[in-house]
Amino acid sequence: MSIYGDIILDHYHYPRNFKKLNKSSKKVHVDNPLCGDSIDLAINVKDDHVQDIAFQGQGCAISLASASLLTEYVKGKKISEVKNIDTDSVLKLLNIELSPNRIKCALLPWEAFMKLMTN
Amino acid sequence: MTIINHIMLNPKRIKKDFPIFDKHPELVYLDSSATSLKPRPVIEKLLEYYTDYTANIHRGIYKNAEKSTQEYEDTRKVVAKFINAKRPEEIIFTRGTTEGINLAASTIGLDSIQKGDEVVVSRMEHHSNFVPWQQLAFQAGADFKVIELNESYELRVMSYESEKLIINLGGVVTKRTKILALTMVSNTLGTINPLKEIIAQAKKINPAIITVVDAAQAVPHMKVDVQDLGCDFLAFSGHKMLGPTGIGVLCGKYELLNKMSPYQYGGDMIRQVKIEETTFNDLPHKFEAGTPHIAGVIALKESIKYLEKIGFKNIREHEKNLTMYLAKALSYEFPNLIKCYGPRQIGHMGGIVSFTLKNLHPHDIAQILDEDNIAVRAGHHCTMPLHDFLGVPATTRASFYIYNDEDDVDKLIAGLKKTVKILK
Repeated sequence: MSIYGDIILDHYHYPRNFKKLNKSSKKVHVDNPLCGDSIDLAINVKDDHVQDIAFQGQGCAISLASASLLTEYVKGKKISEVKNIDTDSVLKLLNIELSPNRIKCALLPWEAFMKLMTN
Repeated sequence: MTIINHIMLNPKRIKKDFPIFDKHPELVYLDSSATSLKPRPVIEKLLEYYTDYTANIHRGIYKNAEKSTQEYEDTRKVVAKFINAKRPEEIIFTRGTTEGINLAASTIGLDSIQKGDEVVVSRMEHHSNFVPWQQLAFQAGADFKVIELNESYELRVMSYESEKLIINLGGVVTKRTKILALTMVSNTLGTINPLKEIIAQAKKINPAIITVVDAAQAVPHMKVDVQDLGCDFLAFSGHKMLGPTGIGVLCGKYELLNKMSPYQYGGDMIRQVKIEETTFNDLPHKFEAGTPHIAGVIALKESIKYLEKIGFKNIREHEKNLTMYLAKALSYEFPNLIKCYGPRQIGHMGGIVSFTLKNLHPHDIAQILDEDNIAVRAGHHCTMPLHDFLGVPATTRASFYIYNDEDDVDKLIAGLKKTVKILK
């Protein structure tokens, strides 16, 4: 079974929140030197809510789709609701079975988001 | 010379010797630069040691110990002859190329490098022939110099004047250069470097220079002759040449090995141990502390036999044909989307093709190819400084060996078409 299902391809071809956030309150950059993937994640928090979130970067279809899905999921939600989001929840958003090597790709955006939440 | 030498290599028949194809008949294995598949005689030889005469070497008086010692030491002779070493004592068994290079770096390297000296490598080195020398240079306060590449993905110290090879190491290798460590064949570009000529010129500039050859991608695919090359050290791995993993060879000049300090201390490498002092064993045992991968060494002999039976002339010809076939197919099928990284002349290329396709990520390409059981490598192939030069973080690499044929290339092309279609 292909992991490149409809959800992944949709978010790869039409990534949500793939933009610059000029007046972001927080920014973070993470990369995976092993495959050259990198992501810049920026967030605006207002009234304890994720008012806006955006990402840019380069990566494989899995990491791009994961960033798109994750940002879509957290946007508008309460910080307390999303700040402890775990890896299983992120993988559930992708809704595919990944090999251990590809899980790293899928979790790069999550890693960035966690940095935003803890810094 | 056996008769088979005169027959063109037949991959379909060769495949039958590789049990992995019994289990996975659909497998299209294009990752032999990472590790090769193993033929039945090699696997059976491993098993033979574990079932027929398991015993440690150089110790026991009993029959099985004598048998295992004899098989182990026979392999040393076979390896020496295989790469034309002057004597079997010049053959040190290691865990692989990486350990061989680290051995050289941390013994003769450390002992001969001082502040202000130079260590020279090239930009196309695998990390295993880059980082040990870089760290050594940093430790010693020496200059770490890197030979850059030209637009043909070859070493910048070479050029051609009416097809005659000109080497010009001026400015790169100097009298202060103590170590020159180069790969014979690039694991990413496939570039075959004219090391014989480069080493000869380096020795003219500084006769005391120590030359180290990473032959991991060369020994499995072409005839390598250490005396003809004129190098001081040459390292390669068993697992890339049909042999077991965890076994490799460092071949060094006897006079150098003899005066070098040991690499690791322990059993087998000593002559006498007293509280006051320890004296070390003769070559090659001085460099083989502890119980080695006995079965692996013994089985390496079978992989050499297997390769020699096919003949390196045939292997090289076969890989050239496949490489050309793939390069042509890629440029024909994906005219504006494909970029291959490697020399243009087939004579300068090993059986390795690294490429980028459109803006597709190599991980996605490799993943979709895997859906059709096509195994390629995606990433930086342990050559990050090289990928900086290429200007891409990662490439997709297909590499060939004796069991590959044009059907494999056709399937790869079909898989790439599918990839482009899915991720368009």
